Amino acid sequence: MSMLELRQVSKSYGEGANEVDAISDIDLVVERGSLVAIMGPSGSGKSTLLTIAGSLEEPTTGEVSIDGTRLSGMSRNDKARLRRRSVGYVFQDFNLLAGLTAVENVSLPLELDGLSMKKARVKGMDALERLGLGERANSYPDQLSGGERQRVAIARAVVGERSLLLADEPSGALDSVNGESVMRMILSACHGGVAAVVVTHDAKLASWADRVVFLRDGKAVDETLPPPTPEELLNPEVPDPTQ
Amino acid sequence: MSIRHSLLALLSEGPKYGFQLRQEFESSTGEVWPLNVGQVYTTLQRLERDGLAQSDDVEDDERQKNYRITESGGEELTRWLRTPPDLSEPPRDELVIKVLVASRLPDVDVYDVIQVHRRYIVQLMQQWTRMKEDESHFDLAFALAVDAELYRLDSVIRWLDSADGRLRRAASEPKPEITVVRSNLPRRNGVRR
Repeated sequence: MSMLELRQVSKSYGEGANEVDAISDIDLVVERGSLVAIMGPSGSGKSTLLTIAGSLEEPTTGEVSIDGTRLSGMSRNDKARLRRRSVGYVFQDFNLLAGLTAVENVSLPLELDGLSMKKARVKGMDALERLGLGERANSYPDQLSGGERQRVAIARAVVGERSLLLADEPSGALDSVNGESVMRMILSACHGGVAAVVVTHDAKLASWADRVVFLRDGKAVDETLPPPTPEELLNPEVPDPTQ
Repeated sequence: MSIRHSLLALLSEGPKYGFQLRQEFESSTGEVWPLNVGQVYTTLQRLERDGLAQSDDVEDDERQKNYRITESGGEELTRWLRTPPDLSEPPRDELVIKVLVASRLPDVDVYDVIQVHRRYIVQLMQQWTRMKEDESHFDLAFALAVDAELYRLDSVIRWLDSADGRLRRAASEPKPEITVVRSNLPRRNGVRR
């Protein structure tokens, strides 16, 4: 079953003559275990698409479903609960809380969701250890390097049972080696069953995805073809770029 | 890429047989550039002819010949490593030419042309990235060679993005009116009195 489904989703801001379409008629299905990248220039609607996919904003028209649950008609509280349980966000500037240690940052969403502090910490440690940060669990964000902070942010995004990871330029502030390791971590989360959507203008990052969707002026204008099958790899032909 | 100098580099580590050189060449380039054994022997013969390498003359069979680097071979290798390749002239880039041509043709959607190439290149980048996805086969030379290709393709994407933006900006701006610069007009001779 698909983890995220957007059907004919549009979002406009302003009214009348000042109305601006941020995104129009977007169809997007992301299966569990798959990584989709959204590429496009600034102002193409990438971030709007991500906030709507994560139910942080309402679409003007269209339908969004997360893990088979349609968001339209849900109460604010129900949406917030769904977000806490199923959706993890990774932002360019990490968004870690400075007064909390790495493990406290990671386990906070679980505690907010009603899990006991002790149980939340166990799950938080587990997520940090999976990302090779077990030894840094009690460090505060300002004691961590940029790469480590982003790993904490990814751990927070996939902690517990969360199975939809939404990332907005997740390696924007990092050098290329750390940027690559961020994508490796997201991919490894996908191999564990998480569905991920990464918004980026960087083709090197997007190329880690199973599928790249190109956004232009709020519309999905194109996408990459699926990777070649084993049979096609054994009989390579010069790819036809017009197909 | 210089097979000649890559072989000199391998020989600078110690004497080697032709077949061994081919295997080491391929593994040192992360097996990104395969080499046929004929190329290896032809190059070794030329290196010997030019006094940059020497072989044991005991066997006629190329496979049995052991090659070693000479002193002038070592000097040539040092000179080559420190000589920048000639990048002063831009290459004749077919993709650039296609976009330039498309931008002039009124019946062609240049943005569509750009997107066709953008998608194709991202797909190529996905193929290269998949090759380094499996870290159990991680090899430093291979990772460096794959990165080089990814950066090269990425620079093409960046150029396409910038061309796309520049063309859109130019299309949205009013075209400058053609004004006649009077000072360039031929002046009439003589003044009416």
